[in-house]
Amino acid sequence: MKNYLNKRNLITLVALAIIFFVIQFMIKERIITAYMRSNLYWIGIYIILGLSLNMIIGITGQLSLGHAGFMSIGAFAAAVVLKTNPTLTGLFIGIGIGILISLAVSFVVAVPTLRLKGDYLAIATLGVAEIIRIVLNNLSITGGASGISNIKMLMSWPLLFTFVMLTIFLTHNFKNSAIGRACISIKEDEIAAEAMGINTTKYKVIAFMFGAALAAMAGSLFSTTYYIVKPDSFGVNTSINILILVVFGGMGSLSGTIIATFIIGFVNIVLQPYAEIRMILYALILIIVMIFRPQGLLGSQELSTKLLPNFKWKRKEKSS
Amino acid sequence: MSLLQIEKLTRNFGGLSAVSNVSLEVEEHELVGLIGPNGAGKTTLFNVLTGVYTPSSGRVMFQKGDKSIELSKLPPYKITRMGVARTFQNIRLFKELSVLDNVKIAMNHEARYGLFGALLRVGNYFKSEALIEEKAHAFLKEVNLDELAETKAKNLPYGKQRQLEIARALATGAKLLFLDEPAAGMNPQETHALTGFIKEIKEKMNLTIVLIEHDMSLVMEICERIFVLDYGKLIASGTPDEIKNNPRVIEAYLGDEVEL
Repeated sequence: MKNYLNKRNLITLVALAIIFFVIQFMIKERIITAYMRSNLYWIGIYIILGLSLNMIIGITGQLSLGHAGFMSIGAFAAAVVLKTNPTLTGLFIGIGIGILISLAVSFVVAVPTLRLKGDYLAIATLGVAEIIRIVLNNLSITGGASGISNIKMLMSWPLLFTFVMLTIFLTHNFKNSAIGRACISIKEDEIAAEAMGINTTKYKVIAFMFGAALAAMAGSLFSTTYYIVKPDSFGVNTSINILILVVFGGMGSLSGTIIATFIIGFVNIVLQPYAEIRMILYALILIIVMIFRPQGLLGSQELSTKLLPNFKWKRKEKSS
Repeated sequence: MSLLQIEKLTRNFGGLSAVSNVSLEVEEHELVGLIGPNGAGKTTLFNVLTGVYTPSSGRVMFQKGDKSIELSKLPPYKITRMGVARTFQNIRLFKELSVLDNVKIAMNHEARYGLFGALLRVGNYFKSEALIEEKAHAFLKEVNLDELAETKAKNLPYGKQRQLEIARALATGAKLLFLDEPAAGMNPQETHALTGFIKEIKEKMNLTIVLIEHDMSLVMEICERIFVLDYGKLIASGTPDEIKNNPRVIEAYLGDEVEL
């Protein structure tokens, strides 16, 4: 425990507490409107989705195009449980069930496809997301094509904040561990990684299942935020939207994904009045960013408090 | 028992026999050269030895302590854990990572924590990470790369990249090292430095080294024994002097004499 208590972590913790209470205060005083709050929830949920996909694509270098499928597993698991037990306990049970199913499904997909080198995973995940969607469409417990509506709305700023922080904590720790290093080495050069004694299949499967579990968690939060879940909300489009966050922010950069989600969230808000041309402008912005920053906003770098002392030092130098 | 025993090893690609019926032995603490014209099957032999390809027939035995292990039945990562590591003809460093991280990845098996330890940073996480960090730095000092520890691998000068690749292979804890053209593309000064480096680490870490090389000055200077491959077959073996004067080797490299 004492290893956690260093100056950097304390500064981060204080900063996070300030952000939390400022926004909490603004919500209480209605400076943040209900509409803004709903956008804030969108950003939070997509940060979790982006980070979870970054584990698979950015860190391990395996292209997955079916992330919305795992999200839908979590969404429907929570929706079904919340229908009979509309409490926070119910939500947590739903999240747990969603994660377990998601882990099982991702394991079945990952083990055969990730033994191969190459982009087989992209095709397999694309197919699996479709299978999940079609299964949900035809199950009576999930309400068929019309899905489940009138789900108890339990989403709140403290709940969102807790889950987003939990995700950042877990993904950051994952990346900065021996397991994360093994995954990054697979992205860098799979043959060399194997020659360094790394069981590449094992680490690819671990990263994929970890990402799928987090996506299920985000899905559960999604269903309690937006009252209604339909199988069609989790098609290829949603998977691509998550993929955009990762590519836009920079493959392998956690802070990049977070910043990208905020930017895209704000772009969505700003473009809201221009209904028809919204998608065109949105696409244009993405194209422009990709022309000037093909590696994404942050590349594979991270924003970090390590950078702070350097800034101060530079400023002093200028003034003297 | 010799450290490495290759018994009647064959590897076919369709109708082509890239390595055919090769048998050879490498003793502990030897520095052996593997030479031959282009396309002789040297790299294929390395790929079979390190598990990238499975042999079509024959087997590879490796002596670990007093156990004899059949390498040809293991996947590449397990072969590395047995203490056999390699470098690549075209450098395969983790380019976007620092020199330190390149070495840390090679030391990954030393991590004493699982997925939960990593995610929640409990158990041995901090102790284990500190130990790996310390070991990696100590190792880099030993191979004279420690002042470059934070440099990205792709930003190293060419000679240093080659050196790092050897160092990374060693960091896996290897006792038997396969070097695939370590001096390729180097100028004479760099080759000279590399020769010294290979000799130095061999003595310091008690290594056995097998190297493929086209630079004959390097091969003749440091190899104790040389094997010559041609069209997948072992055509000669012996000390550098024997190889230099072997008519079959000269024929393989320069062609047969023609009656005019």
